[in-house]
Amino acid sequence: MTAPIVSSRADPQAAVIVVRQRRSVWRRWGLGLSPSGLIGLGTVVFWLLVALLGPMLAPHGVGAIVADDSFAPSSAQFPLGSDYLGRDVLSRILYGARYTVGLALAGALLASTAGTALGLAAAVSGRWIDETMSRLLDALTCIPSKIFALVMVAGFGSSVPLLMLTAALTYLPGAYRIARSLAVNLNVMEYVDVARARGEGRAHIACFEILPNMIHPMLADFGLRFVFVVLLLSGLSFLGLGVQPPAADLGSLVRENISGLAEGSPAIMMPALAIATLTIGVNLLIDSLPGRTKRLSQGALR
Amino acid sequence: MTTLIARRIGIAALTLLLVSAVVFSITAVLPGDAAQAALGQSATPEMIAALRAQMGLDQPAYLRYLHWLGGLLSGNLGQSLSNNTPVGELIGLRLPKSLLLAGTAAALSVPVALSIGILSAIYRGSRLDRVLSTATLAMVAVPEFLVATVAVLIFAVKLHWLSALSYVPDAPGIVPMLRAYAMPVMTLSFVVVAQMARMTRAAVIDQMSQPYVEMAILKGASPARIVLRHALPNAAGPVANAVALSLSYLLGGAIIVETIFNYPGIASLMVDAVTNRDMPLLQACAMIFCCAYLILVLLADVFAIISSPKLRRR
Repeated sequence: MTAPIVSSRADPQAAVIVVRQRRSVWRRWGLGLSPSGLIGLGTVVFWLLVALLGPMLAPHGVGAIVADDSFAPSSAQFPLGSDYLGRDVLSRILYGARYTVGLALAGALLASTAGTALGLAAAVSGRWIDETMSRLLDALTCIPSKIFALVMVAGFGSSVPLLMLTAALTYLPGAYRIARSLAVNLNVMEYVDVARARGEGRAHIACFEILPNMIHPMLADFGLRFVFVVLLLSGLSFLGLGVQPPAADLGSLVRENISGLAEGSPAIMMPALAIATLTIGVNLLIDSLPGRTKRLSQGALR
Repeated sequence: MTTLIARRIGIAALTLLLVSAVVFSITAVLPGDAAQAALGQSATPEMIAALRAQMGLDQPAYLRYLHWLGGLLSGNLGQSLSNNTPVGELIGLRLPKSLLLAGTAAALSVPVALSIGILSAIYRGSRLDRVLSTATLAMVAVPEFLVATVAVLIFAVKLHWLSALSYVPDAPGIVPMLRAYAMPVMTLSFVVVAQMARMTRAAVIDQMSQPYVEMAILKGASPARIVLRHALPNAAGPVANAVALSLSYLLGGAIIVETIFNYPGIASLMVDAVTNRDMPLLQACAMIFCCAYLILVLLADVFAIISSPKLRRR
């Protein structure tokens, strides 16, 4: 008599567990996201694919002058119109996305990894090192990002590796600050004390005890850095100080077609819209991430 | 309280010193270039060497830095390389214009942003809040030149209300001036408003998890009263910080906006300085921007100290 009762009690629980597991599987694949998060995810995947495959999909060559008029409106032959020389805007965007996305990925990755490494080092090192590093990097944050980038370009020019380095240096202090505050909080947890009592070294504690527990917020932060770098570098290119011709990222495309503004040509609107969809997509995706990773994005500043 | 404020000012001054060292070392790491740039490609090595000696470029870097810093402190900003006028004169001409633009944008965006932020904090979780949150989230990520081009497209090309991409110098009367300023100010405010509204909302909501707010809820106070009477006074410090940080964004945004609208401010002066590799001008402009940032943050800090009874009595 007792067995059925137990099993009928156990069943719903088991069902709940199964449902939870299933949900967590969904969540793992990003399908537990809110609608805006899904839109964000879709946009990000789309732009990554474009950056990867863009030149293969482009109907025309990047420099090929194919249209008869400059600033032609969109047509069946040229879906996004033609640019100031009569080149196909769609093809130019498909090629340009590679620079924008690739440079931003590299710059943000560099900023996030270096920032995380320095933040971890500061948290597990003595007070002296921590203070010095924090003061120095705080001083760097007092230079507005675009000003710092302009100074770097003036000092060292704007080759592609230098743009990447500039972007990384600009956003390193922000990543450092967040990584350090996360690591300092984790550093006083009991399991870290246990590891210390066990006789583990600082490097082991930083890499195996603290780092795994801060990786999620740091990934969200990486997404934000990515958005900042995209905006910074396309802004530089727009000023003519970023990616130099004949190479062109999306910001350069806006610059070179600026004379089409008076006629409202798609050649100037489309690259600008492309940048906006990329950055808004990443922002929507980060914002729909669960829990404390989200709090980062509320206080962040580009 | 005064010692606390004095300490903040001291830290800001020290930071400015560090910043000046960073700016100088980036721009002066290739010393030959300034003389080379001034003389052009056809200059002989002797001419370059002579000019370098004349400009003091043959001295060791730390001496040049001290010399430059001394000039900065005494108001002597050096000579612009590209058009041979004192840097101070060039900046004196442009700075008021930039301040006017930034001031107008700030005066417009602060009230709007604070109302959006506080409104969404009051109705947290409602449909209004969700719409505002998503909208500001998207606005934060929009590049300025998209905002500017869309504004030009709508107001100049389609509606013919405003003239595109042209700044009318010393426009007589109020209407032409409004027409000249409307689009730059709108573009500048766009991203700043979104940024500030999000940070204000976060600062107010941060207070909402405090025990005294729970008490007010249990007492039966309305959401508006809880936010305006209980949470907001305590969030004054963080909100001031949010305002200062967002306004500091005006400094960076000004670079794109002044360039796209052909506005003769200090940011477009700096872009020209980068293009011409005019280092003295560039260094001075960079220091002005960093100064402005530090002053904004310092003001927010002082405001936070004054507005918090706990810190005020120290």
